[in-house]
Amino acid sequence: MVVVAETLPRPATRFQFLLDRRDALEAVLIAPAILYVLLLVGLPLLLAIYYSVSAYTLYNPTWHFVGLANFEQIIQDPTFTHTLANTFIFTFGSQLLGLVLGKFGAFLLLRPFPGRKIVRALIILPFAVPVALATIAWRWMFDSLYSVITWTLIAMGLVERVNAPNWLGDPHLAMLCVIIINAWRFFPFAIVIFLAGITAVPQDVLDAATIDGAGFWRRNYQIILPMILPIVAIGLIFGIVFTFTDLSIVFLLTQGGPVGATSVLGFAGFQTGIVSGDISHGAAISLFMLPVLLVVVIFMLRFIRRREI
Amino acid sequence: MAAVLAKNIVKSFGGDVPAVNGISLTVPDGEFMVLLGPSGCGKTTLLRIICGLERQTSGDLLIDGRIVNEIPPRARGVAMMFQSYGLYPHYTVRNNISFPLRTQRVSRAAIGKKVEWASQLLGIGHLLDRRPRQLSGGERQRVALARALVREPTALLLDEPLSNLDAKLRTSARQEIRQFQQRVGLTTIYVTHDQVEAMGMGDRIAVIDKGKIRQVGTPVEIYNNPADLFVATFVGAPPMNIVTQNGGEYLGFRPENFLPKAMVEDESAAEFSFRVDRSEYLGSERIVYGVLEGFSSEQLITAKLPGAHVAEASIRTGEWHAFAVKRSSLRHFDSSGNRMAQH
Repeated sequence: MVVVAETLPRPATRFQFLLDRRDALEAVLIAPAILYVLLLVGLPLLLAIYYSVSAYTLYNPTWHFVGLANFEQIIQDPTFTHTLANTFIFTFGSQLLGLVLGKFGAFLLLRPFPGRKIVRALIILPFAVPVALATIAWRWMFDSLYSVITWTLIAMGLVERVNAPNWLGDPHLAMLCVIIINAWRFFPFAIVIFLAGITAVPQDVLDAATIDGAGFWRRNYQIILPMILPIVAIGLIFGIVFTFTDLSIVFLLTQGGPVGATSVLGFAGFQTGIVSGDISHGAAISLFMLPVLLVVVIFMLRFIRRREI
Repeated sequence: MAAVLAKNIVKSFGGDVPAVNGISLTVPDGEFMVLLGPSGCGKTTLLRIICGLERQTSGDLLIDGRIVNEIPPRARGVAMMFQSYGLYPHYTVRNNISFPLRTQRVSRAAIGKKVEWASQLLGIGHLLDRRPRQLSGGERQRVALARALVREPTALLLDEPLSNLDAKLRTSARQEIRQFQQRVGLTTIYVTHDQVEAMGMGDRIAVIDKGKIRQVGTPVEIYNNPADLFVATFVGAPPMNIVTQNGGEYLGFRPENFLPKAMVEDESAAEFSFRVDRSEYLGSERIVYGVLEGFSSEQLITAKLPGAHVAEASIRTGEWHAFAVKRSSLRHFDSSGNRMAQH
């Protein structure tokens, strides 16, 4: 008698359906993000803390503990307090300007007009252009001799050639220039945020407000703005965090000048830590961003949770 | 409170066929008028024109005898309740209700009193400090109604206000709105595609199709004497049976009037030979589907038989039965679908 071996179906191995298990899949999918944050954010942060409590410099690369001495020194330095103040002015000035421009832009883009789609696409450009190119273009526009802005003002008869503003040479004007450029970069993002928020407001609610007697201003400031505040706050958090830590515009436009008038934390940390090679002080300066940003983010997130509707 | 009068209103959105195509309608003071029609028939557009959210292409609108064509929504004094209520999510119920008063710069004390009055009226006094998201569907609907009423509008417009409620709640809300309207005596225009709501609530119904009014009348008139084939087949469930006869003319009869011959006590009743194809038992009634001998019809002919009086065994499927309709229950329509005088 011939025995035909019956092929038994192979039992499923432990790993065959591994990715069907929710917990395993979750771990696999979240791992890249966690790794990314740990390696590119967590590690440098720990390194910064490690260097900030040492006397490590490029010229004397030995680590020995000095406690909070670096922090004490930079707090007592008037240049640093000036830089800290500049950072706040730069951040909140440009955010405020960007938000105002963003809101106006969003309202203009909500109305149907011929070519709206093209304008909507073009308006994103400042956000998409590399910051280096954009800043160099702006540097020419603010140039002491060839400024197209000055030229326009003279042509309009608003200023005279002899009193022409020296945009990047005057401390206050230089700060204004840096703020304007950053607001210009930020406002397309603000427009997108506002557009997303406003289009998410149900038409029924707006119609109800119209019937209830609310005019344009009341509809905007008592209905639409409160309803989109959470999403605007999210945008603002991003804006504040990125601006507070930014150094590119200052680096490319003014190098922190004139006489430190536009120096911000990121730039000062870079100058001290990398350019001058005083890594421990540079790290300490950079770490000053941390508590400020932490407070801002916690405050905003609490605000959003309270306002959640 | 005021009468609302529409005179030959046309609203075109630029397409071939206007959304509202010449509607004239009179809603006397205190009447509950229902605009009934299938979706896309223009009934909501008409409502939005009345409240001022849309501007008619042509025609006049009068509220309380005054032409309001040029008057913005807030000055028309009408209140509107929306399908999804349109409550302000960031305000408490109290602030939702008081919003129409605040826009009119009513004094604080007066606002407090009015809010108190409206919330008592609708039984939502205990909800005043909540936000809309903390309310159930029925509660939201009352808040929306309170907000509509608080400034004592000239007319109340409702746009399918019950469509977001579940079936059970809808029945009770129907009663509440109707009772409430009768108590306050408010001119009300109510838009719906649900004929049960229309029949049950309206003093009068305006049946609208393709931007035109097909018939205006009391629920009884609309049901018993439909003006044309559209009204005949749109109102009633199952709809009126329509068969063609005499080359192009139509004969119509309601399913509940189409009964076994033995049940019709009328010597001159119209008799039909009816082949039953399918039978549904629904408890209170039995719906029977089939075809008539000698008549053509686009749909299956239905008969609605009183379940308790017709034994299942007597209506066997696949067999021909003798059915009849009383002469007085027959409706005749001409070849273009309009109802003709009784034969």
